Formats: sequence, C-alpha cells, structure tokens
Amino acid sequence: MTYQSEPDERVPGVVTTQGSSYDTTEARPGRAFLARGTGRLTSRTWFVLLAGALLPAIVLAVWLIASAGGTTATLPSPGDVWLAGVDLAQRGLLASDVAISVQRVLLGFGIGAGLGLSIGAVVGLSKLGDILLSPTLAALRAVPSLAWVPLLILWFKIGEDSKVILIAIGAFFPVYTTVSAALRHVDRQLVEAGRAFGLNGPRLFVTVQLPAVIPSVISGLRLALAQAWLFLVAAELIASSMGLGFRLVDSQNNGRIDRIFFVIILLAVLGKLTDSLVGLFERWVKRRWS
Amino acid sequence: MSTTVPQALARDVSRAVSIDFAGVGRAFAPERGSGPARPVLRDIELAVEPGEVVAILGTSGCGKSTLLRITGGLDSATSGSVRIDGSPVSGIDPRTAIGFQEPRLLPWRTVHDNVALGLPRGTPKAEGAERVSTLIDLVGLSEFAGHRPREISGGMAQRTSLARALARNPGVLLLDEPFGALDALTRLKMQDLLLDILSAEPTTVLLVTHDVDEALQLADRIVLLAKPEDESAPGATIAQLLTVPGTRPRDRGSAELAELRGRLLDGLGIDRHGSARGVETGTSIPHYPY
Ligand SMILES: Nc1ncnc2c1ncn2[C@@H]1O[C@H](COP(=O)(O)OP(=O)(O)OP(=O)(O)O)[C@@H](O)[C@H]1O
Ligand SMILES: [Mg+2]
Repeated sequence: MTYQSEPDERVPGVVTTQGSSYDTTEARPGRAFLARGTGRLTSRTWFVLLAGALLPAIVLAVWLIASAGGTTATLPSPGDVWLAGVDLAQRGLLASDVAISVQRVLLGFGIGAGLGLSIGAVVGLSKLGDILLSPTLAALRAVPSLAWVPLLILWFKIGEDSKVILIAIGAFFPVYTTVSAALRHVDRQLVEAGRAFGLNGPRLFVTVQLPAVIPSVISGLRLALAQAWLFLVAAELIASSMGLGFRLVDSQNNGRIDRIFFVIILLAVLGKLTDSLVGLFERWVKRRWS
Repeated sequence: MSTTVPQALARDVSRAVSIDFAGVGRAFAPERGSGPARPVLRDIELAVEPGEVVAILGTSGCGKSTLLRITGGLDSATSGSVRIDGSPVSGIDPRTAIGFQEPRLLPWRTVHDNVALGLPRGTPKAEGAERVSTLIDLVGLSEFAGHRPREISGGMAQRTSLARALARNPGVLLLDEPFGALDALTRLKMQDLLLDILSAEPTTVLLVTHDVDEALQLADRIVLLAKPEDESAPGATIAQLLTVPGTRPRDRGSAELAELRGRLLDGLGIDRHGSARGVETGTSIPHYPY
C-alpha cells in the first residue's frame, strides 16, 4: 500500500517539477528583449499620443495658412471657428444642442443595441429562430435605412420618437449581425462540455456562449455607436428644431460657415469620445474574458 | 498538507451505480448524400458492477469515445440501450461526469473556476471552493489555480479537466484517455492519484485508454474493442473481456499481469517480439502501443 502511505510527498513533487519548468519570470526576458529592440518606440504611450496628433497638427497648420488671405465666406480661420463656438456656448445653444443630440444617440443606441443583442441571441442560438426570423431581418437590412424617414415622420411626426427610432434602426443591425453570426460559431466542444456538466438554457448561455462571443459583441457595439451618430445627423438634418444636425442646417441657411466648421469638429470629437468609452469597456472585458 | 487523500475528500456514502449495455450499436449517417449508414459499434453487451473500474482498449478510431459519449448521454445508440442504475440513459445524465479526450476548458476562466464548473449544482459555496482547492492540489496544480488555460501546458490542462470531472463526485465517472498528454512519470503519479480518490469515493469508472499497462494497473476488467478479423460484420464490438487478477493497487511488475499484457497486445494487433519483453517493460515505465 505504498500509494496511500505517502500521498503528501508525492503530489507536491509534481508541483515543483511543473512549477520550475513553467516559471513565468523566465519567460519574460525574451519578450523584454524584443521590446527593448525595434518594437520599443511604438509601444510607448507618449509616442502613440504624439504621433496620433501629428496629422491633425499639420492639417491645422495648413488650414491657418490657407485661411489667412481668403475670405471667411468660404474658409473661416481656426480663430473664427473657435469664436463661433464660444458664441454658441454663450447663447446657451451649444449646451442644449449637445445635450439633445447625445440624449437621442444614447436612447437610440440603447434600444437598438438591446434589441440587436436579444434578437441576435435568438437567431444565433435557436435553429427555429434562425429559420423564422433571419430571412425577414435580412430583407429589412437591405432597405437603405434612410428610406424609413418619410414613414417614420408620417407615423411619429417630427417629435423625438421618430429620431430615436431611426437611430435605433441604425444601431440594431451591426449588433444583430455580429451577435447572431458569432453565436453560430461558438466552439461546439465547449458548449457540449457545458451541457455535460449540467448547464442548459440561460445558465449555459451566460456561462459558455455569452463569454465566448463577448469580443464580437463589443465590436458590434462599436460599429453600432458609429452608426448611431450617423443616423442622428441624418435625422436631425431632415427634420428637427434642436440638436447638432439642426445647427448644421440652420447655419447653412444663415451662411454661417464658421458654425458649420465648428459643429463638424464637435461631431468628430463627440464620436471619438464615445468610441473611446466603448474602447475602455472593451479593454476591461477582454482582460476579464480571454 | 496534513490530511490524506481519503480524509480530504470523503463526504458521503458511495454513489457508485451499475451500468448495463444491452446490444448497443452505433452507426453514423454517411458523410455525403445517400448510401448505407456506417456502423462504428455493434452488439456491445456488458454489465458493469457498481464501483467497478472497466478499462476500454482499442485501436484509434474503433469507437471508444463514441461508446463513452453514448454512456454519458451525449450521443445516442442507434440500436440497443444503456442503463445506469437500472434506468435507461436518455440525454445528458446527471449521475455521470465525463473527462473528455480534449481538455475543453473555458478559456476565460481560471483553472480554479474551470474545476468549479464540475461541482454538482447546489453545492454550498464554501464547501465547493474547498473541494475544488483540494482537487487542484491533488492533481498538482495549486500554484496554477489562478492561471487561465492558455497559460498552462497541455498536460496541465488535461489534469484540470480530470479535476473538473472528479469535482462532480458522480455515480459514474467516464474518462476518455485522461492521461494521454502526460509524461511517463506524471502519468504514473496521476494513476496512483486516481486510485486514491477511488478508494476514498468509490464510483463506477469507464476508462478509455491506449495504454495496456495503464489498463492493467487501474482496471478490474478490461474490454478490448475490435472489428472481427474475418470482416464478417462492420463495426467494432467486444473482442476480449479480461478480468484482471488481484485488487488495486497492483504491482506493476507482476508476472501474472505480463501474461495478460501479452494477450491484450495480441488483441490490438501488436507484435510483441517475444513474450519475455513484456515482462521487462512491465516493470518500468508504461509501454505505448501506438
Ligand atoms: N459525429 C460523428 N459523425 C460521424 N462519424 C463519427 C462521429 N463521431 C465519431 N465518428 C466516427 O466514429 C469512429 C470512431 O470514433 P471515436 O472517436 O469513437 O474513436 P476512438 O476509438 O475514440 O479513437 P481515438 O482512440 O483516436 O480517440 C470514427 O471512424 C469516426 O469517424
Ligand atoms: Mg477517442
């Protein structure tokens, strides 16, 4: 009965032999060496930030030079644009425009992404759901989304609902498509292992399928957010009395090209900002789930 | 660690149950188009006693994993039936736990959390965590409990998968080549460990292996799956059913086992190069009949 008399000495023996061969500190020098070599500069935060700002700086410089002699009617100077922004802020229009536009984007994005996630889950997980829903959804997706505008305005008037719904339509499809496709391709062996250990239905979904598709879900959400801003401006250009899109049309009618420049730059900043937020979330999720 | 294996694990009375195979056969549909179904297994008749360890030997592709999957309810027989504890298996059976041929670990979970997946549903949290830690300790991975599957080796992943199946403390334990990816020394340690755990928590075990010595060391009986030599009927069935003399743990070098070993190697179609050789290698590390 040798095996029972000394189990404590035996098993830790395994630990030490495996432990030394898998010593993580030994694996690192190789990578550190690489980092010290060619890859070093491009992985420094300050360099990344600086290099990313290079092109905008050049554009700004060219803009300054080009607008110096020209008329403000076609190309306002950066200073003019800044002043237009300050002016809008002082009138209180900036805050209200940004607030209403962000609210529309968030509402529409939330509704569209939520529906995309749940319907994408149904289509990706259930054969029957796939058969019943995916042809219809594929047909709806083929409709250029702006074609909904006249219908939405007739049905919901020019209020908030029509805009939020249009944005929701824009946000829905990227999420729906990525989620349903990703769920179809979850490793069958993992799903089977989950089943074998007694998981099914929602528990199986939460334990195996959802974590497996999280990276795709996030990239779907990022796409959807970009779409949401796109559709926001479209909705506000067509019919509204407030918001950044309205400000664009209004400025066009009044010949305020400086304001148009300002709003375009503001849209770029806002879009990048919300995208970065999703990016942060993505990083957290990736650390947690892979 | 001051506790012995039996003290650390023994929780309740034996759950070991019987397994009965009655005329079990499995034929797979032809890959493309029509044509006759391709039989893989046929006429498997076997009664496994509660608490018995039965090793399943056979050449690659002869249907060992298929038989195990049918027993666990992951696949179903095309003819005949499997009964566990007298009641027929239909669908995934909560009385069984399976250690797959591949580790099948959830990549986003740590080793500890992967093992915890095997715990029976409703295990109190503290008790579950303790059992998981004990098992991880036993398979020699306590240093790696917090690592993700991609940070451990193939053999370590396989041991994690074994611990996950053991966490279930099932009535029937189905192990598909649980030590296939281990080096000879770790393999012997894990074999002894399995014997320790079985003496603490007796359960019925079906153990698929390629390794004749492993079968002789661990099993009470050995089933050799093979196609009939005259090709009279397609599909593998039980070609030999041997009872291994003595009780576990067995002396790896005994002459009695060497004789059985020779018969099994013959059954697998392996040339022994003289029977004396069998005695010799039986005393040292296992011989791999690939
Ligand atoms: N889902 C399936 N569909 C079709 N054929 C299958 C399926 N699963 C297994 N087979 C076939 O059944 C046969 C036996 O497969 P199985 O995995 O049981 O072999 P095995 O004895 O476990 O082999 P190994 O020792 O290599 O793991 C193979 O010929 C394989 O092609
Ligand atoms: Mg197999």
